[in-house]
Amino acid sequence: MSTALNTKNKIHPYKMYLYIGLGSIVMMFAGLTSAYIVKKSQANWLDFELPKVFFIATVVILLSSFTIQMAVKKAKEGLQTPYRSFLTITAFLGVVFMNLQYQGFMALQANNIALTGPRSNSAASFLFVITLLHLLHVLGGVIAIFGVRFKSLSAKNNTENTLPVDLLSTYWHFVDILWIYLFVFLQWIG
Amino acid sequence: MSHEAALHNHEGHESHGHDDHGHHEHHDTFLTKYVFSQDHKMIAKQFLITGMVWAVLGGLMSVLFRLQLGYPDSSFPWLESLLGKWAKGGQITPAAYYALVTTHGTVLVFFVLTAGLSGTFANFLIPLQIGARDMASPFMNMLSYWFFFTASMIMLSSLFVETGPFSGGWTAYPPLSALHDASPGSKTGMDLWLISMALFVVSSLLGGLNYIATILNMRTKGMTMTRLPLTIWALFFTAVLGVLSFPVLLSGLILLIFDRNFGTSFYLSDIFVNGVGALSNEGGSAILYQHLFWFLGHPEVYIILLPALGMVSEIISVNSRKPIFGYMAMLGSLFSIAILAFLVWAHHMFVTGLNPFLGSVFVLLTLLIAIPSGIKVFNWLTTLWRGNIRFTPGMLFAIGFVSLFISGGLTGIWLGNAALDIYLHDSYFVVAHFHIVMGVASMFGMFAGVYHWYPKMYGRYLNNSLGYLHFWITFAGAYLIFWPMHYQGLAGMPRRYFDFSIWESFKQFADLNRFISTVAMIVFATQILFLINFFYSIFKGRKVTVLNPWEANTLEWTTPIRPGHGNWPGEIPEVHRWPYDYSKDGHDFIPQNTPVGEDESSTH
Repeated sequence: MSTALNTKNKIHPYKMYLYIGLGSIVMMFAGLTSAYIVKKSQANWLDFELPKVFFIATVVILLSSFTIQMAVKKAKEGLQTPYRSFLTITAFLGVVFMNLQYQGFMALQANNIALTGPRSNSAASFLFVITLLHLLHVLGGVIAIFGVRFKSLSAKNNTENTLPVDLLSTYWHFVDILWIYLFVFLQWIG
Repeated sequence: MSHEAALHNHEGHESHGHDDHGHHEHHDTFLTKYVFSQDHKMIAKQFLITGMVWAVLGGLMSVLFRLQLGYPDSSFPWLESLLGKWAKGGQITPAAYYALVTTHGTVLVFFVLTAGLSGTFANFLIPLQIGARDMASPFMNMLSYWFFFTASMIMLSSLFVETGPFSGGWTAYPPLSALHDASPGSKTGMDLWLISMALFVVSSLLGGLNYIATILNMRTKGMTMTRLPLTIWALFFTAVLGVLSFPVLLSGLILLIFDRNFGTSFYLSDIFVNGVGALSNEGGSAILYQHLFWFLGHPEVYIILLPALGMVSEIISVNSRKPIFGYMAMLGSLFSIAILAFLVWAHHMFVTGLNPFLGSVFVLLTLLIAIPSGIKVFNWLTTLWRGNIRFTPGMLFAIGFVSLFISGGLTGIWLGNAALDIYLHDSYFVVAHFHIVMGVASMFGMFAGVYHWYPKMYGRYLNNSLGYLHFWITFAGAYLIFWPMHYQGLAGMPRRYFDFSIWESFKQFADLNRFISTVAMIVFATQILFLINFFYSIFKGRKVTVLNPWEANTLEWTTPIRPGHGNWPGEIPEVHRWPYDYSKDGHDFIPQNTPVGEDESSTH
């Protein structure tokens, strides 16, 4: 029988929520990419190249991981103004990422690769649905960044509590890593 | 904290009507106390009562389609008054029959036995038994209920649309679920089904996150993981299963939505619809949906069953006045069932053209589940063995659960064999198997839980005589309904058929079908008796006058008889021992918050 719990070593419940929630997001994309593998091995699969702009998007989201980490650093040093600036930059990079993904979809359409509709091949539809769902998770992150940023302006929340930005950065890194996984998967593995 | 102090505080609650002893002070209005409550106990009751409403509706649906199966040649004018065009001339139409079967399945699996069972007891028992004032996030907990409620309303509304609710089976396989023109139920009914299920997934995830975080983070001092009651362990694994498998269902449903509304071909290929013509979809695979669906679908079975396993362990131990036999083995078997749950989904797909070599792997993994299940049965029986058994209604339902779990589990070994399953697939044998082991057994777990924890929920007892009547009729009825179905299935009678009287091979079962239908109606009527007992006792039942009516060890019985929001008026009790110290050292029971005595023997 183990000894009594030391309450100090427990992680914050919100972090726990986040980790478990990330676990369920992983399962969602694991389901989709497994379905992709199964489907790819069957007949009538269209092979095509990923739009070039996805490479740029990858660089942008990697960069945003760096900026949010800077935001965490500044928050821990108590430097409110640079903290807020880095949050804004991160959110901006998130929006750029989403825009680049959209450009990618447009580029595919321009190459006569339908993503949905009667002419679509499920290879392109899979790419579209998977990246779209990831994009929605990025969008959620951007909204959360704005939420945290504007809350930090009010005096009541302008304290040394770095939990919100900690949670935010964990989520943002996760979405970043998830994209790297999806990108590598779609480009080389899948 | 003495019992007298707790009782005194309890009276304080009664006279003031709000929580003025707890850690926070606010005045509850009707809206915040009963509707948008953040108290886990109230949310549990909301889940329970919503689940009961659904159980009545879902049960009524089964009575209606059993009426058709038992009396295929008769007409009942009152049916037309009830269902209108769905029962022209007093006989249910085939379309209505399929809609009823589909909605019965969806409602019972998700709304009653997932939300109604784990929603109720996870909410009610987790904070009380681990020693917490509430969930880690009471607000998210409230959201979880209201997402479920919204999902319920949308599913309910699908019963009233002009083209009827979805009618392609609770598994919603494409193409029936993916094509608007496949059947009347595939139109608006399916849209509503999808929206409802998506909201239900959100509700389950919010609830599951909370249950896991609360169990891991909010335990009182001294409550180590191995001092948790088995109920909490079971609810923990249930939540883990839900959090990891529902997202995969959501993935499958998202692809389905794209096929349905945006013309993609994930699941569709080479289809010709009568009256519409050939469809342009090419290259899709309907089997893909089955993989994604059953990757949730099989863990879902355990999401339904595990809470019942946990509660039955607790109730059997309390009412045998004996420690649970093999606590760690119980825990290990729960764990291995949870792991195996993710590795057996393809046993639902043996006849889909699955590679036989792959099939044999799934046969092996499926049969492995017999081991932890066998361990659990053995441990329940050995807990009962030479116990000082109290046959309360809750205990009877718990023992009834063990009986049903054995009966239904054994046929699972048959169906888990691919070679046998190819013959038995989609026959009444399958219907009998899953209704006994998952449906009725889990219902018994739920009843056991309700009878056992009702005094804690409402501060009153349920009527015992009605409880015994309810148990014996339901128990005998469950076997009388489902046992004959095994024979029908072995004789090749397929499930989902509307009318068997036109086949020479199945005419012999006309009387048997009528018998099953008659028993089903009697059992359904008996559940009304339970409902009357339940709602009457809330207001008029015999009052609970002692803190610990079952003389149980777990922490929920250290709270006041009617605990307020925050559960304990004073300090949360500290835990010094595991929850199963019954008949130890000459003491009938030693609650978890009793410090270990100096001369106490050391086993646990």
